[in-house]
Amino acid sequence: MIIIGAVLGALLTIAPGLIWLERRMLALWQDRYGPNRAGPFGLLVVLADTIKLFFKEDWIPPFADKFVFVIAPAIVAITVLMSFVVVPFAPGIVVSDLNVGILFFLAMSSMGAYSIILGGWASNNKYSLLGAMRGAAQLISYEVFMGLSLMGVVLMSGSFSLNDIVEAQRGMWYVVPQFFGFLMFFIAGVAETHRLPFDIPEAESELVAGFHSEYSGMKFGLFFVGEYLGITLISSVTVVLFFGGWLGPEFLPPVAWFALKTFGFIIFFILLRASLPRPRYDQLMEFGWKILFPLTLLNLVATATILLWLET
Amino acid sequence: MFSIVRSLWITFLHMFHKRETIQYPEEKVKLTTRWRGRIVLTRDPDMGERCVGCYLCAAACPVDCISLQATEDENGRRYPAFFRINFSRCIFCGYCEEACPTYAIQLIPDFEMGEYNRQNLVYEKKDLLIDGQGKYAGYNYYKVAGMAIGGKDKGEAENENPPVDVKSLMP
Repeated sequence: MIIIGAVLGALLTIAPGLIWLERRMLALWQDRYGPNRAGPFGLLVVLADTIKLFFKEDWIPPFADKFVFVIAPAIVAITVLMSFVVVPFAPGIVVSDLNVGILFFLAMSSMGAYSIILGGWASNNKYSLLGAMRGAAQLISYEVFMGLSLMGVVLMSGSFSLNDIVEAQRGMWYVVPQFFGFLMFFIAGVAETHRLPFDIPEAESELVAGFHSEYSGMKFGLFFVGEYLGITLISSVTVVLFFGGWLGPEFLPPVAWFALKTFGFIIFFILLRASLPRPRYDQLMEFGWKILFPLTLLNLVATATILLWLET
Repeated sequence: MFSIVRSLWITFLHMFHKRETIQYPEEKVKLTTRWRGRIVLTRDPDMGERCVGCYLCAAACPVDCISLQATEDENGRRYPAFFRINFSRCIFCGYCEEACPTYAIQLIPDFEMGEYNRQNLVYEKKDLLIDGQGKYAGYNYYKVAGMAIGGKDKGEAENENPPVDVKSLMP
């Protein structure tokens, strides 16, 4: 119970904090300052943003499908938070060490796409619908190789439990033998969180704000929090699966190692946003199905072959 | 694929570049002398008003933000009785400065004229008139113009010959 509270508290502080971090980092890479007026280093801008979101009019358009419209933003936040259930932060600090951890994570994070599709559909707005349609198109292009890219790790560790996978990396982090798996998973992860360069359902330069064009106030805030939680989730899962989770030299406690590695990936997410342009969604599908999917299969087959060869 | 990694690297290197931002209220922008900002009315070296109330600036103004009324003093010198610029309309195009035949109206490098009350943006003559010559030091319109005013008759201007009596036969 304490762990649940601690995890929830930490995550819900990190999510708005990331807004500040992202704005500062983007500014740094674009030779600007970013928010630097409110509080030390502009940190209070987080507070100001949150207060603003709470006091904004929470408007439901009269033409929207009300029930679905209200429930869509909740789905994204809930599914991402549920995925964190299986993430081991340190030895013993895990909400629930399921023996099908990876499958649970894949299932829950994929459910997040429902919020995009339902939100865009319920808004009853052509831009939202286009965003939702793109979201669905994106979903079928990355979801397959996202799951398959992790199977190499599962083959090597012989377990679906994230805790066991971390323990199995004591000798060598899986990023070395499973480098392609890591690349595929990370690309799929960026698509999963709908972050740039794969923010195709949102695409603010072409679709207003895509699936959340009609959302305001805290409902929009939930989409926002969901997105930043998604970044944290994909970063931490990447760390757990490929970078040895909380393993690291003794001078720092395991949680610190985990947080350090995760923040490295979060910053890499922001760097991706700062530097890469957005592909068309048919380009993403082509990339996914014609390049990454065969490569992932190849990686899986190669891993399996080598493991069998080593056994015999 | 290589180009993606390369652009990531280039963006990353920007971490070590100098930031372009000017922290405005603390740090001021460097404005050049020809920057078109707040409009002023200048005086000649003898501290007389340069403006002769010719209305050319008001005519040139594309947004009609200048209004003035010309009048004459006891010496026959023309000057504006009132001179009013509505800065809430002004677009700082500088046409008034180009139109002015006496270098009276000038745009100076100053843009910090924000107001809470719109009416405060209407500048009267006392707000516009400065005690200096602006960009054209030493220029005095009545000293170089042929027009006769009190204290300066025809032919007494700089580089001007005394008037010729056109009705006389003698050279």
